[in-house]
Amino acid sequence: MRIAYCLKPKIMQIDNNQLLRFTTAGSVDDGKSTLIGRLLYDSKSIFEDQLEAIETTSKKKGHQGVDLALFTDGLRDEREQGITIDVAYRYFTTPKRKFIIADTPGHIQYTRNMITGASTANAAIILVDARHGVIEQTKRHAFIASLLQIPHIIVCINKMDLVDFREEDYNKIIAQFEEFSSKLLVRDVRFIPISALLGDNVVKRSENMNWYQGSPLLDTLETMHISSDINKVDGRFPVQTVLRPQSEEHRDYRGYAGRISSGIFRKGDEITVMPSGFTSKIKSIDTFEEELDEAYAPMSVSITLEDDIDISRGDMIVRTKNKPESSQDLEVMLCWLNNESAKPRTKYVVRHTSNEQMAMIKEVIYKIDINTLSRKNDDKELHMNDISKVKIRTTKPLMYDSYRENRMTGSLILIDPATNQTVAAGMIV
Amino acid sequence: MLKLKIRMSKYYLNYLDELESEAIYVLREVWAQFENPVILFSGGKDSIVVTHLAKKAFYPAKIPFALMHVDTGHNFPETIKFRDDLIESLGVQLIVGSVQESIDQGRVAEEKGKSATRNALQITTLLDAIETNKVDCAIGGGRRDEEKARAKERFFSHRDDFGQWDPKNQRPELWNLFNGKQFEGEHFRAFPISNWTEMDIWNYINRENIEIPSLYFAHEREVVRRSGSWIPYSEFLQLEENEEVLTKKIRFRTLGDITITGGIESDADTVEKIAQEVSAMRQTERGNRSDDKRSETAMEDRKRQGYF
Repeated sequence: MRIAYCLKPKIMQIDNNQLLRFTTAGSVDDGKSTLIGRLLYDSKSIFEDQLEAIETTSKKKGHQGVDLALFTDGLRDEREQGITIDVAYRYFTTPKRKFIIADTPGHIQYTRNMITGASTANAAIILVDARHGVIEQTKRHAFIASLLQIPHIIVCINKMDLVDFREEDYNKIIAQFEEFSSKLLVRDVRFIPISALLGDNVVKRSENMNWYQGSPLLDTLETMHISSDINKVDGRFPVQTVLRPQSEEHRDYRGYAGRISSGIFRKGDEITVMPSGFTSKIKSIDTFEEELDEAYAPMSVSITLEDDIDISRGDMIVRTKNKPESSQDLEVMLCWLNNESAKPRTKYVVRHTSNEQMAMIKEVIYKIDINTLSRKNDDKELHMNDISKVKIRTTKPLMYDSYRENRMTGSLILIDPATNQTVAAGMIV
Repeated sequence: MLKLKIRMSKYYLNYLDELESEAIYVLREVWAQFENPVILFSGGKDSIVVTHLAKKAFYPAKIPFALMHVDTGHNFPETIKFRDDLIESLGVQLIVGSVQESIDQGRVAEEKGKSATRNALQITTLLDAIETNKVDCAIGGGRRDEEKARAKERFFSHRDDFGQWDPKNQRPELWNLFNGKQFEGEHFRAFPISNWTEMDIWNYINRENIEIPSLYFAHEREVVRRSGSWIPYSEFLQLEENEEVLTKKIRFRTLGDITITGGIESDADTVEKIAQEVSAMRQTERGNRSDDKRSETAMEDRKRQGYF
């Protein structure tokens, strides 16, 4: 098979197009790389020189035709071993949306990379081999998607060509998936029968599965409602830095720069600064272009207040009528990310929004076996890729929302001050 | 041409506004977490966009860091003029690291032969400039869509005390929580436009009306055909026997050294026409860069050593 070169899509109408980030988790065999290659290829996002390079490699490796999986080849070690080690980001656009794929390895050993890719995703694609049905790895991926609260899950039942496109096989897998996912916190799950290799229901509707009434994958990604993925209720504005221009023109300007984590802020809103508790009103919301009447997540703006109060990095501006929780004692779902295991009673740096302070893991409540999703109460040591529920105590109160309510103000990382490594990622319960 | 910024109907951003907001967040985070950051400025479109974003991130204050240029000596004269004009209009400091000086001091040796370039020599000059100026974070215009090694970059990317990148041992980067902590002698690279593609860059330049060097627009130039690209004729180029200097209407898709940057034949003389042309392109932008053609892992190898 020789694939004809295609043209890329026309220049985008930027006014109406949103950005959708999705993650794909999978191993070498379940067709993840082929699926990504297929999406990129059929959406005409692959260039001629990339295609030529892959044709050459395909020939060298003795593959028949072009191996679409080679598009996702990465670093030298990954190519040599035929595996994905780290998260790779890939991009494509269609006339409807811009997409960022966080391509993550699916093996248990790389849980930390799956979590990294999942942390910013709107959607997760979980691949299931139609011949094997739901296996441990499927459960692991679904669990991570629910733990990280990815708003949308798309289960692609792949290799339908190898089960003669049978509807019964598809339905059986849906039943398997639903049986165990009822225990998870997932809001929006869809199922699509596909063949990544042949292209069925990836970009084009399959002619082999007329029994499937839903949309192909790309159409699903292009049209799913994602505007509500960000919390628009709780106004949270962590201050990143203070802008104090030293110029004649803006001598008295004192702007609090940051990116709105959630909610909407309006000029004139009554606000409270956490943790000090001082109150004031929003005088202006500024950007380079213009002063805004209102601003919402995830906009980067600069806010000025009616009163002169002491505010610095690490503080949070919130609406007076809707404040976050504040506590030194937190229960956190923690994923350990480092080779070096957690040390009991050790002080770690906790970074949460723009705030940073010291913290200690007081207690491991339980660990989760991510293959069976069962709790382990006897094993309390935290090694790389372990997920556990822990109690953390911070030196000063942390202003937070639960991760389920707010991904931005409910997430934190731990840094080991002895090595400066990011050792853990936490989701506040 | 309508340059007005129109946001999406209500309470969500279009993709370009979201990328802009993300980049501004990263730039402010750099400023907050480091003592002495600089923007690595090459005069190419990506570093120009980063500089533009920095202007927005700190407005109404000035850009609070210097621009650092690694000067190979093999520049397009247009690039240098553009750089100097920009520095003057922004009122920021310029730091120049000179490859010629590194050669004169015996820090590096010039490559020999027809395809000799100063591309790899820049690494030493860059790392020296970072060290002597006590830079703890160098902000670059690298994008993950450019190349497979770049696809694995973090927003905050750690470099050890030899300036090296260890792709297998990178710090995990979750949500928007960046860890810029470092020990003496180490430094960071920060990539605010990691998530932008070439097309996003052009759409943004078009929307924001950002000034770019004339080299990006179609113009008549003396060129030589070499390895499938039009290489600009200059005093630094050694001609082969069968090569001849022709005058062609070309433009450049990327700007690197004058010795390695291939042009493409084009009539695109406005940003809008360039954006149209890029959207119909069938070759990646680095396809015309002989520095990337040296081997399959050319970029990865240079990045490991401390390249941009």
